[in-house]
Amino acid sequence: MNQPARFDLTRFGWLRALLKSRLLQPAMMLVTLFFFVLAILTGFAGTPAGNRNFGIIFVWIVWWALLIIVLVPFFGRLWCMVCPIPAPGEWLQRRAIVRHKPGRLRTLRWRWPSRLRNIWLQNFGFLAMAIFSTVILTRPGVSAWVLLGMILLGVGLSVLYENRVFCRYVCPVGGFIGLYSLTSTLELRVKDAQICKDHTTKDCVAGTACSYGCPWLIYPGNMTRSTHCGMCTECLKSCPKDNIALNLRPFGADLLVAKGRSLDEAYKALIMLACALLYSAVLLGPWGWLKSWANLESLPAWGLYAAGFLAVNLLILPGLFWLTAAASRAAARLQTPVKRLFIDYAYSLVPLGLIGWIAFSFSFVFVNGSYAIAVLSDPFGWGWNLFGTRDFPWTPFLPDLMAFLQTGLLLVGLLFSIVTAYRIGRQHAATDSQAWRGTLPVAGFLTSLTLVFLWLNLG
Amino acid sequence: MNRQKLVSLAPFVALALLVWFVPLPVSAAPVTHTITLTADQFSFDPPVLRVNQGDTVRLTLHAADVVHGFYLDAYGLNTRIEPGLSQQIEFVADQPGKFRYRCSVSCGGLHPFMIGELVVNPNWPFARAVGLTLVAAAGALFYLWRFPPRPVPL
Repeated sequence: MNQPARFDLTRFGWLRALLKSRLLQPAMMLVTLFFFVLAILTGFAGTPAGNRNFGIIFVWIVWWALLIIVLVPFFGRLWCMVCPIPAPGEWLQRRAIVRHKPGRLRTLRWRWPSRLRNIWLQNFGFLAMAIFSTVILTRPGVSAWVLLGMILLGVGLSVLYENRVFCRYVCPVGGFIGLYSLTSTLELRVKDAQICKDHTTKDCVAGTACSYGCPWLIYPGNMTRSTHCGMCTECLKSCPKDNIALNLRPFGADLLVAKGRSLDEAYKALIMLACALLYSAVLLGPWGWLKSWANLESLPAWGLYAAGFLAVNLLILPGLFWLTAAASRAAARLQTPVKRLFIDYAYSLVPLGLIGWIAFSFSFVFVNGSYAIAVLSDPFGWGWNLFGTRDFPWTPFLPDLMAFLQTGLLLVGLLFSIVTAYRIGRQHAATDSQAWRGTLPVAGFLTSLTLVFLWLNLG
Repeated sequence: MNRQKLVSLAPFVALALLVWFVPLPVSAAPVTHTITLTADQFSFDPPVLRVNQGDTVRLTLHAADVVHGFYLDAYGLNTRIEPGLSQQIEFVADQPGKFRYRCSVSCGGLHPFMIGELVVNPNWPFARAVGLTLVAAAGALFYLWRFPPRPVPL
């Protein structure tokens, strides 16, 4: 396949040494675990006013902004490397935190059901959280229960199953980080696939005397896309051939990799797009009645909201996209089944979806980010003033420029998506002109979505 | 990008610059709008205000339940609204576009999302963004038709 330019960062000796250090990951996990526990404690014991509570501000504004605006587009699954949620479970399995303990992992060694070896659970988990998101985002106690529930689920699954089953198949956040990592500028890959083929002991999977086998259940030797690589760097530590690279690469390099495309991921792309649109309307729109429905103020109204939310995510947007794929097939006179085109073209939604989320996040992160400065000094809202910033006033950042920023971002996302759609279509078409004709309906779909984003933000 | 590609895309770039930068006239004669705006957990009534560029907006602000605030993006207006005490503010809507007004005093769970909208017509920023989007999409399709990228096999 056509391999775009790569730059291997492990050429820098200091970075290679750092990535191979057993201390790196646990040290970062301990830091994030400290903040995670603080978020849970402040959620349970702190003020119920969300904008004065560390658990709300640092999880749903600071962490979220860092994740969607910086980490995912540029570093892919780097968050998964430092995420505290699987840490206690993994340490229990290994009976160690830093050093490598030889022997098998301590679990009941159940087998994860083969029909769940996909991201459908993550899709439904994300949607289940999404329909309660207004409540989770604004009520510290509920937010704390969700965070605690995730860490307990992570521990529970690590008792039953080996390795990171929670991260790979269950974590509702991991699903979209994995999909959007297809666009990121960082990847872990083997330097020379032939070396892996010839290497019989497969230490990256089996582990060695001083390292574990891949906790993400991946064989790096045939990994061609970053969706499921948690960047834990265990393969870098275990490879005796020094055949693992940490590459810088162009944006979107994995979107054209056909191997691994699937309906669950296609749905994830549609769900993420739908949620970005719906959140923009519900949380940032002027419609108070919609916020009150989403806020569970009346059960029947919330039921209606949840039904509508799920219908848009699971039926309406996928239905419209199915029609788009069918139109593309007809326009290009392709023999490829519509379902295949539906799945493959769905990867062209990834750049626009990611940018849509970034545009949505800019709106509330920049406007409400200043709460973080006050909350740092008074995480529980009990009147502490640890760093002298407790009374820092709410100061919206760049509200004047938001419309321009969002327009520019959405245009970049649209162009990126249209080009990706063409290149995916070209994989099915015999000629350039056939691919171009097939791209027209998809470009229409993408342009319409961009216009809806623009209407919600500027119209 | 070689010279041929740049020349081919030049009309789209020129059109995009025209769409974004061309000066546009203000149409209607300015009038004064006197509006009562009520803040209530967690919305404003009316939720959307529509005026024309150059109009004077005279707002009487009420808080129906708890203490709220009124902050208008881009105009830099910020005031506190106490229940039972109405506040008056007046400004000239000299910037076209959509601007969110928000509660600026912590008023409960959904406070960060207590938002209304001031639409100053003609909403040229939105119209320009739509125009730019259409030009960009057309430009991308033209580019792909004229200079198809190298295929990546399945």
